[in-house]
Amino acid sequence: MIPSHATLRPGLQLVLAFLAGIVFALGLAIAGMTQPSKVVGFLDVTGAWDPSLAFVMLGAIPVYAGATKLASSRLSPFAGGSFRLPTRRDIEPSVLLGAGIFGVGWGLAGYCPGPGLTSLGVASLPAFIFVVAMALGMLLFEAMKRQQENASRLSSAAARDRRA
Amino acid sequence: MEHFTPLASTLGGIMIGASAALLLFGLGRIAGISGILGGVLVPRAGDKAWRFAFLAGLVVGGAIMGKLRPELFAFGLDRRLLTVAIAGLLVGFGTRMGNGCTSGHGVCGLGRGSLRSFAATLAFMASAALTVFLSQHVFGGAS
Repeated sequence: MIPSHATLRPGLQLVLAFLAGIVFALGLAIAGMTQPSKVVGFLDVTGAWDPSLAFVMLGAIPVYAGATKLASSRLSPFAGGSFRLPTRRDIEPSVLLGAGIFGVGWGLAGYCPGPGLTSLGVASLPAFIFVVAMALGMLLFEAMKRQQENASRLSSAAARDRRA
Repeated sequence: MEHFTPLASTLGGIMIGASAALLLFGLGRIAGISGILGGVLVPRAGDKAWRFAFLAGLVVGGAIMGKLRPELFAFGLDRRLLTVAIAGLLVGFGTRMGNGCTSGHGVCGLGRGSLRSFAATLAFMASAALTVFLSQHVFGGAS
C-alpha cells in the first residue's frame, strides 16, 4: 500500500516551486497584470472599460479546475509530503472585510500581490514601495491577531479563575 | 477600450493556471501569492524553503520578461508614491485578514468551486471597482 504521506524530497520541492514561480510571473506579465494602468482600465467599468483581464480568469480557472479533479485521485504530491488544501467553508465577516480592504488597495495602485512581487524583477520603484508596504501590512495584521488571541486567552483564564 | 488583448490575457491566464497546477501536483500546496508571502514573514518555523523558492522564481521570471518585453511592466498611472505605499499596506493587511488575494481566491478557490472564495472574489472586485470609480471619476484621476 502506498502511504498518503510520502517521503519528502526537499530538493525536488525547491526546483518545482522555483519553476512554478517563473511560469506564474511570465503568465502575469503576458496577461497584462503587471501594468497597473491596464488593471485600473479593467476595474474602470463606468469609464473606458478594458475587459481583457477577465480573460485571465477565463484561461486560468478551467486549467486549475481540471488539475484539482486529477489531483483528487492522487495520494501524495510528486515531491512527497501530503496535499495541504484549504478546508474552511464558512464565509465569516472577516473574509469579506479583508477582501474589501484588499480591493481598495488594488484599485488605488493597480497592483495585487503577484504582479507587485514580479515587478521587483525589473527594479520598478513603485513596485518596490508597494511590496515593502504590503509586507508591513501583513506583519501589522499578524501582530493585531496575536494581540487579540492573547487578550481572549487572558479573559478566558480570568473567567476560569472566577469559577474556581 | 484602447488596448484590448483577449488572446494574450487568455494565454497568460492558462500559464497562471498551469503554474498553480504544478504547485498542486508537485508540492500539494495552493498557489496563493499573499499566503506564500505571509508564510515567510511570520516567525513560525518550518516549510519556508519552498516559499522562498517560489518567490525567487516570481522575481526571476519578472526579470526575464522585463528583458524581452519591458513595456509589459509600465506603471502608467499618475500616483504619488505615498498613495502606492498606502495601497501596499491595505493589500497586505486585507489579504491576510481575508485569507487570500486574486490568485488564492480568484483562481485556485474558484477553480476548486469554493463558495467562500467566490464571496471573497466578489467582495474584492466590487471594492476595487468602487475605488477606481471614486479615484478616476469623482476625485479626478491623479491621487
